[in-house]
Amino acid sequence: MNLTLKVWRQPDTNSEGNFETYKANDVSEDMSFLEMLDTVNENLIEDGVEPVAFDHDCREGICGMCSLFINGRPHGPLHGVTTCQLHMRSFKDGDEIVIEPWRANAFPVIKDLVVDRTSFERIQQAGAYISVNTGAAGDANQIPVPKNDADESFAAATCIGCGACVAACKNSSAMLFVGAKVSQFALLPQGQPEREKRVLAMVNQMDEEGFGACTNTGACSAECPKEIPLSVITRLNREYLRASLTSKD
Amino acid sequence: MSNFAKTFSSSLGKKLVMALTGIFLCTFLIVHLIGNLQLFKDDAGQAFNAYAYFMTHFTPIKVVSYLLYASIIIHALYALMITSANKKARPVAYAMQASNQNSAWTSRNMGILGTILFIFIVVHMGDFWWKYHNAELPYARYEISLDNPNDIQVSEVPYDANRLVHSEIVDPQAGKKIIISKDLYKVVQNAFQTWWYVLLYVIAMFALAFHLVHGFKSAFQTIGWNNNRYIPLVRFIGVWVFGLLIPIAFAAMPVYFFLFK
Ligand code: SF4
Ligand code: FES
Repeated sequence: MNLTLKVWRQPDTNSEGNFETYKANDVSEDMSFLEMLDTVNENLIEDGVEPVAFDHDCREGICGMCSLFINGRPHGPLHGVTTCQLHMRSFKDGDEIVIEPWRANAFPVIKDLVVDRTSFERIQQAGAYISVNTGAAGDANQIPVPKNDADESFAAATCIGCGACVAACKNSSAMLFVGAKVSQFALLPQGQPEREKRVLAMVNQMDEEGFGACTNTGACSAECPKEIPLSVITRLNREYLRASLTSKD
Repeated sequence: MSNFAKTFSSSLGKKLVMALTGIFLCTFLIVHLIGNLQLFKDDAGQAFNAYAYFMTHFTPIKVVSYLLYASIIIHALYALMITSANKKARPVAYAMQASNQNSAWTSRNMGILGTILFIFIVVHMGDFWWKYHNAELPYARYEISLDNPNDIQVSEVPYDANRLVHSEIVDPQAGKKIIISKDLYKVVQNAFQTWWYVLLYVIAMFALAFHLVHGFKSAFQTIGWNNNRYIPLVRFIGVWVFGLLIPIAFAAMPVYFFLFK
């Protein structure tokens, strides 16, 4: 199939960006979206044009590095799929595809389609950890964990930190991400010692990074490649309120 | 900053303020609606005028009404604060955004709906609340037969600064109860004779419906309440009671007066 791509180009954070139009010809429907971009880049290199910069690493939907806002949606048109797992069979011959970077104050563009997501790292560093004693490993299953809690915690922990939730949200809110990270610990006994401190610190960092506030549109969860449910935001709200009322420091 | 101030100035805390004031405003709607049902009584407005007097002169209700005015203002101010911060969170807009693929229209347009409602509240209070408190309204004099409470004679009494807003005397000899009250009912009746004014009310009630379809359940989400057992109930009430029943009942009032009074 033959496609027309409108791609955001921006040399660096401080420069103005603009859209460039490129042709992608003879695209196989078995290619992944990123492979399609690879071939476009090869042609650009042959033509002596700077290739389009975009993020990727594992290309199997687990690392959270790939991004791309494709035709108005993060990770493209499919549900529960990262950009690297999106295949060209989701498009048809003659399509025009608009490709933009995540757009948020807290995700500044580094180059073209690559954005700086270290704001997520700083939120994680603020509280997404637990204390573990060193020494001999304890017995597995020594601490009872209800099955439901374990399942919910695990589901929350599947968040890969890609930032699609922020990209999709009209408020650039990071609450689905932070909700997932807070939930995964709040549900488990191992997460209890830092429970209050964690949520207060992470929310504080989230605000400092300049993410917006949730208005419960649900766009984040609808676009999340790991289908993190909106209920993690409810839990975040609850944990925050609880911590504000009960925290000892 | 104290812990308390810190909580309420955070993004989550501001949302909490929106949720709590919003739920309070929702409960007020129920009270307001039940009271206004007096408008449908066929008694020349006697019950409605008595209700208006009660609402403005019974101290506990007066206290609640000041809380209510404060809630409206706080809800609007916090909405402005949150919206402006949210706008700043995305300095460069997307060229293409398929928002309708991932979220409901109502949820993305609470600001527009809220603005319509705010304008409506100002107009509405100017027309009824302000007039009732400050305008030189005439009085309605009701003579109600003690034997048959449905036998009501009504006449107009001109404005008199010295007259009480509402007075009641029973005259056993004449077999009558005489009630004289400031005639807000007449104001309502006159207001809803103009078609565009009725239309304004109906449009505002559409805005209310859409605002609450998202707002009611959203408030519970923000408070952190997502118990699987109760959330379906919250959603049901949000859609059927606050999204349909209440706005329709309110909209029925101006329409009823326009068509039948
Ligand atoms: S919550 Fe979903 S969309 Fe957001 S960072 Fe995690 S995986 Fe990505
Ligand atoms: S490249 Fe790792 S998730 Fe897409």
